[in-house]
Amino acid sequence: MKRCSIGSSIGSIAIFIFLYLPMLSVAIFSFNASKMGLKWGGFSTEWYGRLVQNETILNAAWNTLVLAVCSTFISTIIGTMLAIGMFRFPWSRRAMGKLNLLLHLPVVTPDIIFAVALVIAFSVIRYLTGLFELGMASMIVGHVTFQISFVALAVKGRLELIGHDVEEAACDLYAGYWRVLTKVLLPMLMPGIVAGAMLAFTLSLDDFVISFFTAGPKSGTLPLFIYASVKRGITPEIHALSTIIMVATICTVALMQKLTPDAKH
Amino acid sequence: MQDESTERAKEAQPIILYNGEMVRPSIIRARQATFISPGILAIITLLALPCISLFAVAFMTRGQYGEILFEPTFGNIRRLFGFGFFGWSADNLLILWRSVVVAFVTTALCIALSYPLAFFLAARPAKTRLLWLTVLLIPFWTNLVIRTYAWLLVFDSDMPFARIMAWLGLMEPGTSAYPSQFAVYVGMVSVFLPFVALPIYTAVEKLDWSIVEAAVDLYSNKWRVFRHAILPQTLPGLSVGITLTFVPAMGMFVVPDMLGGARYMLIGNLIQQQFGTSRDWPFGAALSLVLMILTLGALMATGGRRKKGRA
Repeated sequence: MKRCSIGSSIGSIAIFIFLYLPMLSVAIFSFNASKMGLKWGGFSTEWYGRLVQNETILNAAWNTLVLAVCSTFISTIIGTMLAIGMFRFPWSRRAMGKLNLLLHLPVVTPDIIFAVALVIAFSVIRYLTGLFELGMASMIVGHVTFQISFVALAVKGRLELIGHDVEEAACDLYAGYWRVLTKVLLPMLMPGIVAGAMLAFTLSLDDFVISFFTAGPKSGTLPLFIYASVKRGITPEIHALSTIIMVATICTVALMQKLTPDAKH
Repeated sequence: MQDESTERAKEAQPIILYNGEMVRPSIIRARQATFISPGILAIITLLALPCISLFAVAFMTRGQYGEILFEPTFGNIRRLFGFGFFGWSADNLLILWRSVVVAFVTTALCIALSYPLAFFLAARPAKTRLLWLTVLLIPFWTNLVIRTYAWLLVFDSDMPFARIMAWLGLMEPGTSAYPSQFAVYVGMVSVFLPFVALPIYTAVEKLDWSIVEAAVDLYSNKWRVFRHAILPQTLPGLSVGITLTFVPAMGMFVVPDMLGGARYMLIGNLIQQQFGTSRDWPFGAALSLVLMILTLGALMATGGRRKKGRA
């Protein structure tokens, strides 16, 4: 029996065109020589050159990278600890239920409510301590908060897969707890930790809403910059910037698929 | 004296075997608390408590300069239902209703497009399937702002789409296809399609084809094959897809903001406005509360259906 009709195939190709056509047209028009409007004025790489000279864009790119690297680093540590603490220790059923609820809360909360919650939390902290103006620090804290759960869930999968046997063997051979943790458990968890970290990194790069609410005047990221410029009209420089980001995304996704061959979805 | 008593307390505690190690329960308890506390504390203080505090903030008053005054009021809730300074207006309720409708239609369109896509992907030979999946994943990982921005470009008045529509007489010549309801739906569907297509694909990949063949052998028409042989088997994936789309689609504000403009606001835009230019946090909190309740309702509805699907 045929499992995919011709209609489905044609429809699917049309859907892929639908998904890629806008991105492709941005890439094409980033090489357009004419400055105003969308009339084709010949091939040119001028806009890519302009990008490198634009201080605001370079600053935003730097911010995006700093934000993604710092938040991924912190959330990978905290998330891995959380997964080990939750799934390698005895918990009563009730406590486990509550912990599970908290663990899944950042995953199911809509972006905008998450952002509103963070804004309220930050303003309370600022009111109580006088510290913590909105800026890079608040953005990193915000991103870490939503990344923790994704890292913990990725590590959880690995924890369940490897079982307890090797740790028990290490204990039988008189390894202390610290040694079991650093020499046995963490190396075995590494694929899960790497997958979680990559997920956290891409989530941070991909985020707009949380950055939009928690950014300070000087800590704007690339998506925030693009959003603000679109309000003033479309320019070829934005085409070039978007194209670079899209190419970077494609490379990251390809890398992720290479590094985690079992993560099909 | 004190040393002695703690010493005795230690002796009183049994030593147990846990995970291959001989330890006292108190040590295990200390370890598990250390491991989970940074993560759990962050989630509680930065997400759970502020969400609960929305209940309080929603009943406070906005000061003259946008500060929060601790004066209890029902004004924000009344305003939500349209009782403003200038009498009753349906604007806010209309925005709420529109958010639910847009989320619903977006989810329905995504499901309709996802089934053919899922069957197409599942029918690819094993060698190229991962490549096709990657092709579907790339838009999913591309930044939301960039993807929405790309649609602005496609819908521009100089681009073929607007010209063809103008030539067909469906649009004024020389105008862009945005801001419009149509543009919002196109943007929303392209954003959320992978969220539905991937879980449905996972279900279709595991499909028991003998049931489908049996249905065909018994002269079912195409609709009945789908309804009775395919749909029940893909229900778990479908319900994951619905949850992943409907919930975030209700709170979406980037797409309606860029492609819909001020005339096509959704609740997300209204919330953003209260925390941005309007600086009216109490009203923003009241709106967030409504969105939270809608989210919980949607999660419970799909969760319940999922349980039924398994039984």
